Amino acid sequence: MPANRFNNFTDYGIGIGLRATHYDHILTRKPVVDWFEIISENFMIDGGRPLHILDQILEQYKVVQHGVSMYFGSAGRPNREHLRRLKDLVKRTGTPWVSDHLCWGSVDGRYTHDLLPMPYTFEAAKLTAHKIREVRDFLEVPVAVENVSSYAEYHVSEMTEWEFLNEVVERADCGILLDVNNIYVSSRNHNFDPLTYITSVPADRVAQIHIAGHSKFQKYILDTHDHPVIDPVWKLYDRAIQRAGHTATLLEWDDSIPTFQEVHDEALKANRFLAATQLGVAV
Amino acid sequence: MKLAALQKAVARAVMQPLTRNERMRRVGPRGEKMHAYAARYIKPNDRLSSFERLEIYNRQYWFRVLGGLAEDFPGLRAILGGQRFESMCKAYLTECPSRSFTLRNLGAHLEAWLRKNPSWMRDRCELALDMVRLEWADIEAFDGEAKPPLRSEDLHEMDVPNLKLSLQPYVQLLELHYPVDDLLLEVKHGDDTSDFASNAVQERRKRSKVRAVAKLKPAQIFLAVHRLDYSVYFRRIEPEEFALLSALRRGRTIERAIEMAFRRSSVLPADRAAFVQHSFQTWAALGWFCRPDENKRGGKPREKRA
Repeated sequence: MPANRFNNFTDYGIGIGLRATHYDHILTRKPVVDWFEIISENFMIDGGRPLHILDQILEQYKVVQHGVSMYFGSAGRPNREHLRRLKDLVKRTGTPWVSDHLCWGSVDGRYTHDLLPMPYTFEAAKLTAHKIREVRDFLEVPVAVENVSSYAEYHVSEMTEWEFLNEVVERADCGILLDVNNIYVSSRNHNFDPLTYITSVPADRVAQIHIAGHSKFQKYILDTHDHPVIDPVWKLYDRAIQRAGHTATLLEWDDSIPTFQEVHDEALKANRFLAATQLGVAV
Repeated sequence: MKLAALQKAVARAVMQPLTRNERMRRVGPRGEKMHAYAARYIKPNDRLSSFERLEIYNRQYWFRVLGGLAEDFPGLRAILGGQRFESMCKAYLTECPSRSFTLRNLGAHLEAWLRKNPSWMRDRCELALDMVRLEWADIEAFDGEAKPPLRSEDLHEMDVPNLKLSLQPYVQLLELHYPVDDLLLEVKHGDDTSDFASNAVQERRKRSKVRAVAKLKPAQIFLAVHRLDYSVYFRRIEPEEFALLSALRRGRTIERAIEMAFRRSSVLPADRAAFVQHSFQTWAALGWFCRPDENKRGGKPREKRA
């Protein structure tokens, strides 16, 4: 189960997000890390320091690309320039799979730079799946879509979020980047049981798992990636790997970033749950 | 409702400017009541109304894009002042929302927009425009393309009298009315110091930036914004160097570029050869020349394939 066609039959272990604040530590101390996830858009440039750093990282570590602005769910066609640059980066990194979010964020060529929630309709599922196929065919690597945290729901929705996710990935025949923190955040914002979500996801399509921290406000929770992972999210992670097996796991920490060691130690807490779970057991 | 129509309606609300208190406006740009507008598309829950849920995205959008511009244009912010800079950014982004998949390009049209909307710069137009140009050049030099460098053997293959040299795309040439390079370095230095500075320290820093802007006197400078070992540098260059490099970038031959460089030069004719030689040595050492594109190189036409 952990190595499947959606992560190109790899078995990557526990990784962390590659962030500029840790470059010096990584390049000078060369810590042992299973893999790094990069934000693709940060490296879809023509030259300079970011690509130089990336090339040095690639000499020593495995790297997987994660995007934030493909907007599979936007009604418009994919941006050709975006696709071309993304493919150049795929060739450079040799990423076994690429991921991006199951969301929308651009309209008529104008970008919000946010991960806006989808209306869970059959029309949206069909269009999104078509776009995922188009992107995958162009990039020639497996694509995994990530469930986002959301703060709003639409009247027009015809199904639950997990039903929509299933509809999309079945139609697109693509993988899932299961973000258990996002499931927790959305479950609190929309009053659903996160375990129902976890157990409804097709486990054999899970290519990767995200864990992260978030911020609580009076009336809602915001996905801020600026705290350690809380226990209820670890419990969801535990359930996810019971179903999907030892899947490539990645800790996201994007704001108020602590030292490399603190971030890595937080990610490695996943080992407690992985050790207690038998390899490849699907429930 | 069709997906495209829903997304247009929601994006319009998400991208509309916030109130002064950073809340979603109660009345939309077309006079619509935003409570009703939000309720048409967004479900309320037991804690938040439709308006409040949509407002989360409206606020996130503006915090993100305004934060991006503040990060990219600290020098312009120092010149305009924090409040005016933020108001200007809101006006700019309302007219020129991002059309790129990356936030890196958010300020790509800022110079052109400011030229059309000079009132934002009050009596500091030239200073502000110089700074915007420098800060954009800084971005372009940071991650611009580096082509394979020119090697001495490349020169052997070229037709010397009509020799054209290509400049690395990341090298940015600027003619400026103010020494904004010094100002930007001062502003950036202030921003780089400890994040844990007290309010008093931050206040002193702010006053120091204001003083630096106030005392800046006009002085024409020529600048090459370039990078070396992956760090960006501002290099002051002579007017003749600027003219010569600009001519080369426009595709002029070396002979023609040199001719253009000394048209209104104060460099004595007897000193010009040494000046040119020294300049080319420096530029070559800095890696500013790249190999010309095969198809632009000229010379012997390639054989046609059958």
